[in-house]
Formats: sequence, C-alpha cells, structure tokens
Amino acid sequence: MQQTLTNFLRALRAMEIPVSPLETIDAHRTVDAVGFADRSLLRDSLCVTLAKSEEEVEKFDECFDMFFTREEFRDRREADADTAPGKSETDPALIAESPLAQLLLEGSESDLAQALERAAAATGVANIRYATQRNLFNRRMLDQMGLRQMERMIAALNRSETAAGTAAAQRLEAARQYLFEQAQQYTARQFQLYARFAGEQLRAEFLVKTNLSAVELRDFQRMHRIVRRMARKLATRYNRRRKHTRRGVLDVRRTLRRNMAYDGIPFETVWKQTRIEKPKIVVICDVSQSVAAAARFLLLFLYSLNEVISSLRAFAFSGNLIEISDILEDKSVEAAIPEILEKIGFRPTDYGRALADFDEGYMDSVDRSTTVMILGDGRTNDTDPRIDLMRKLHDRAKSVIWLNPEPETFWGTGDSEMPRYRTFCHVATTCSTVQDLERIIDDVLKTYFRT
Amino acid sequence: MTSPIDTAAQKITSVDAIVEGLDGVGYIASHRIATSIFVAQNLTKPILVEGSAGVGKTELALSTANWLGLPLIRMQCYEGLDESKALYEWKYGKQLLYTQILKDKMGDVLTGASGLDEAMDKLHGFSDLFFSEQFLEPRPLLKALRQKHGAVLLIDEIDKSDEEFEAFLLEILSAYQVSIPEIGTITATVPPLVFLTSNNMREMGDALKRRCLHLFIPLPEEKLERRIVAARVPGIADRLTRQLVAFVHMLREQDLKKLPSISETIDWARVLVLMNAEALDTELVRNTLNVLLKHEQDFTAVDKSIPELTNKAKRY
Repeated sequence: MQQTLTNFLRALRAMEIPVSPLETIDAHRTVDAVGFADRSLLRDSLCVTLAKSEEEVEKFDECFDMFFTREEFRDRREADADTAPGKSETDPALIAESPLAQLLLEGSESDLAQALERAAAATGVANIRYATQRNLFNRRMLDQMGLRQMERMIAALNRSETAAGTAAAQRLEAARQYLFEQAQQYTARQFQLYARFAGEQLRAEFLVKTNLSAVELRDFQRMHRIVRRMARKLATRYNRRRKHTRRGVLDVRRTLRRNMAYDGIPFETVWKQTRIEKPKIVVICDVSQSVAAAARFLLLFLYSLNEVISSLRAFAFSGNLIEISDILEDKSVEAAIPEILEKIGFRPTDYGRALADFDEGYMDSVDRSTTVMILGDGRTNDTDPRIDLMRKLHDRAKSVIWLNPEPETFWGTGDSEMPRYRTFCHVATTCSTVQDLERIIDDVLKTYFRT
Repeated sequence: MTSPIDTAAQKITSVDAIVEGLDGVGYIASHRIATSIFVAQNLTKPILVEGSAGVGKTELALSTANWLGLPLIRMQCYEGLDESKALYEWKYGKQLLYTQILKDKMGDVLTGASGLDEAMDKLHGFSDLFFSEQFLEPRPLLKALRQKHGAVLLIDEIDKSDEEFEAFLLEILSAYQVSIPEIGTITATVPPLVFLTSNNMREMGDALKRRCLHLFIPLPEEKLERRIVAARVPGIADRLTRQLVAFVHMLREQDLKKLPSISETIDWARVLVLMNAEALDTELVRNTLNVLLKHEQDFTAVDKSIPELTNKAKRY
C-alpha cells in the first residue's frame, strides 16, 4: 500500500501540485489515521493535507479519480465478457508453453490487471514523458509479459493445420488483440497521470524565452498564465509591509514628550520607525501599428501587473492617449485587451501627441515617488517627438524607464527617436521576452524597497 | 476523564461524529470540512481555511469551539500586527512602578556593599525578577498555548498581516511552542486546535501552507444551503427557504462585482422572516435586495431582471 501512495504522490507532482517531504510524511500519517477502506474519506483527508489552494483542490480531485480507477477498469472487462475469448474450450496442452496465453484464456480478470501492473512496474511506465513514447512503453510492457513467445505459438498453431490448432490460434489472436487494447488504455492513463503536464512545462519554458512579437495568438492563454504567475511572484516578494517598527530602538524625543504627564517617568515607550513608501507606478503603453505584434502581450503584462499592484495607473496610446486603468480593473483579460486595442490601437504612432495628452491630463499625478514606465519602440512617424515634455517627465518623476521591444542596434534607424528619448530616461533597455520583463520589473521594484 | 480536552478527543472520533456535532450547534458542515477537522485532530496540525467572504470560515471555528466546549481565543490580523500584540509584551509600566516602589528596598540591599563591583553583584541577584512571568502580558497566541485543557485558536484573516508575521507564526504552528528570550521556551500543555482564515488578499507563503492542512470552502450547493438557512433561521417556512435559495443561486450566476455568500443569504432570510413573507414577490425582492447586494453597480445590473428571476424562483 505504501507503494501505491508513493505513486499517487508522484502523479500529483506530475500535475504540478508540489508535495514536499513533510507533506509526504503527513500523507502517510493521514492514511494511517483514516485507512484505505473508505474511499471518499481517504480522498477528502488526503485533499486537505496535500492540496494547498483552490486550483490544487481541483487538480487533486481529478488526479485522485484518475489514479484510483482500477475497479472501473475491471467492470468494463466484465461488461464485454461475451466478446472476450471463451474459456476452457481450448486444449490446455496446446497453450502450456505460454504463461501469457494461459493467463489470457484461463486467468481471472483481476489476474490480468495485476499482471499488467507488474509488467508496468518492471518496465517503468511511470517514467513516461511524451505522448510519442506511449507505443514504445506499450510494446515493452507486452514483451515483459511474454507476448513474443505467445506470438510464436500462434504462428506455430497456424502452421499445424489441424482444426483444433487453427481454432486455438484464432482464439489466441482475439485474446492478443484484447490484451493490446487493455495495455494501450493502461499506458494512455499512465501518460495522463504522469506526463500530461510535462509537455505543458516544456512549452512554458520555451515561451518565456520567445520574442514577444513572435508569440502566436494561440499561445495567448498559456502566456497569460505565465505572465500572471510571474507578476504574482514579484508582487508577493515586494508587497511586504511598508512600515517597519524597529524594535529596541527607543525614540527618546517622542518618549519624553509623551510621558511629560507622568513627571518624566517613561511609562509609555515610543520606538523608532522607518517607513517605506508604496510604489506608485505609471505605465504608458504604445499599442500602435509598429508594435502591433507585441502590443497584445505588453497589455497582457499590464493587466497582470494591475492585478497585483494596487497603485498602478495605466495609459495606452497610438495617436491619442487614454487612461485604461478602469478597463483593466473592471473587465476580464479576454475582454479588456480587445477593447483597448479597438479603442485606441493599431493607428499610426504619434509620440509627441501622446506626450502632450499626458502632459495636459495627467502630469499632475507624477511626483517624486512615481516611476514612469514607457513600453514602446520610440518610432515617431517623423512627427515632432516633443523632447521637451519628455524632459519634464524626467524631471518630475522618481525614475523613467523605457522598455523597447526592438534590439538596441535598431535604435536611431529610420524614424526611431530612441537615442533622443533615451537621454531623458533613467533606464532604457531592450525588452523582448517575458524573461526580460521579469528581470526589469524586479529591478524596478528593488529600487523602491532599497531606499 | 471529565476534563474538557478528553471530551474533545472523545468527541472527534469519526467524520460523521463531527458532522453531527457541528449540526448540533447550528453549523452544517460538508463532508470535506468535517474531514479536515478529523485529520487536524489526528495529525495535530493547524487548518488554513480559504474561501470568499461570508462562506462561514470564522463561523466554523466558533462552532467548533462551541461544540467541543473549549475556550475560543481569537486573534484578528491586520497590517502592522507584530509579536508584541500577538504573543506577549512586557508590562513596562508595572516594571517601572515596581522599581520606583522598591527604590528604598534597593537601598537596604545595597547598604552592606563596600564597592561598586560588590553592589553590582548584589543587584544582579535580583535582575531576573523583572523579566519573569509576573511581568509578562500574554497576548492571544501565548494565552492559547497556556490553556490547561486546550483551546480553539482562531487566527482570523491571516492574509491581512505582513509576511514577517507569517514567518513568525511558523514556530507556533509546527511545534506549538514559543521562544521568549528572557524566559525560555513555552510549550503548549495541550496543543490548541488552530484555524487560520484567509480571504486570499495575498498568496500565503509556501512555508506556512506546508505546515497547515488546507480547506477551501466553496459556495454551497442549493441543497446544502437550504439546510444551512433552515438551521440558522428558526421558524422559516420551507417554501420560502426553497425560493430564496434558488433566487440567490441565480444571482450567483450573474456578472456581479461581489457575489452574495452564505452570510448574505442568511441575513436576507432573516429579513424576509421579519417581514412575515411567505413567498417571494417582485416588490418584496426589490425592497430587500440591498441585503444581498453590496454595490450600487450590482444593484443596477440586477434591477431589470428581478421580475424574471423572481418568477423563476417561485417555481421552486
């Protein structure tokens, strides 16, 4: 039974439910306490010990059902018993050589299931990683059970040309087919259990390093998950308490003042405190034609960031500039991004105009504690870049960070005004993959919490 | 065998016993909820309860304490909560007062001393007095550990506290002990049954999650919610219960900012009973809907479909 539980924990891990050694011990203790007899009790109690969030509870339930379906497997066999090979019609002497044939024709259903599981354990089917490995493992499992020997026997029986021999051969052939199906189902289930998410992980790793403009639309959901996970990670790391009470450091001045009423005897003590300000972040995002391919993902990132940082104001522009904080706040991600793009996106860029709009409407919100982040390629379509406004922004804000999806060698070519804008940025850097994004945001947040 | 904790261990014998027991104090627990308490008792582990506001997370702890007859010690978390408010504090005032009063006694103690060194030595003999348990002000966590017969400790809205505080809780949650530098380690005589509740304002740390059992309380199914309403609102007509629960369930399928949860259903049921209603009707629903919906936007969103929803609910 211990092996069963260990395998189950492995299946959970494969489904991206992290199970630590401590939780492994807990799981064993839980099973000791509740036993295997009552299935729903076992399921509930393992669930409370192992699944640690709402998402994981769902995954757990699915995994539990999939893992413990052996009974159903048996039921199905009994259901189509009439199509299954008939028993005790074949001369035992004919099949004496092959234990597998004996098992198939004479063994009970659970014997077969057990034999399958034994073979699976011996060939390590649980190590399956890719869908393409299913057939390989299938074959290995059947070989382990002695299929080759049985196949040789079928061939021999066919050659014998006796009535009894051919009949036996036919029956064996049917049994072989049946075994094949069962084995296939078995490996398919093992694949579902242990490896379904391995492919997902691989894809995610790949996406993180892919250029934003090259990410395809069909990966949008997956990308959303990745970006959200990243944003949450960053937020929990930095959304810490912003006010530290430094215990043990007495604020003498305030203590004396507070205790004047007590004749200077310090009844109430006041400790020194340091405050760390909440980050105020203003993001201006270019959604024009020139960055069309990346715009969706820049917005996606903005959306995820907005979910985790409370004091974020977001703006988008191509010709004009509008505030999109409310849209990001109220709508779901599937609705918000198309709405923004429809409202303002994919028109010719005009950085000068956008900066002017910003200056007019929102410059007041930028102060010494604000970080301004600009996502865009700095291609102005040969309009006035309004460098003066950029300077104003630079002077007012705590820092201005420009993230450009183009590589640095392209800056300044054609209508790119990036080198001029760059002068008024505290940081200007290429940001073309999710990995870049994560690194940069990490840096931004760090600067806040250092001061 | 008459002390409360013995009865607690006796009472938590099986999942069914828990369901029954909680039922007795008016808390209708699903199987999974009961199982979590069963496992918590057997493994001596705290339970982290998650779920949206008003599904009965806090209520679970209150009812459990009530059922087991154990004292409930509640600690409300908030930003800036630290160990001096959660665990213990030295009674500075009392310490100072005592030094003032004992000034003369100090003189007596020190009279024999010939030099400064000797005086210091003599003083050292008394120094520990001021950091003894007499001057210790126990806060909820320490109180819970020192209950002779065990207790139910409710750490409410842990997600509102700071991460540092979360880290600080780890010692208590895993070993049921606290370390006070001046005194030493205080270990619980009987480990309390600990509930932590979280609204998911922020993700809890992995370390904390690992040490806890995790219980997610979803919004209940209609059948369960009907039983909850019946248990919580005495004297409510069967038909009205069916209708109002059906109505709330339809509301939950709408795009609302804040979905009505169990506590709102119960409040609404109470209001309807107060108004002597026997069945839903459009006017009644419109007048009392503010009990269910807490946002102006939600109100306007639902307003139009009230007659339709009411009619549908009436079929129940």
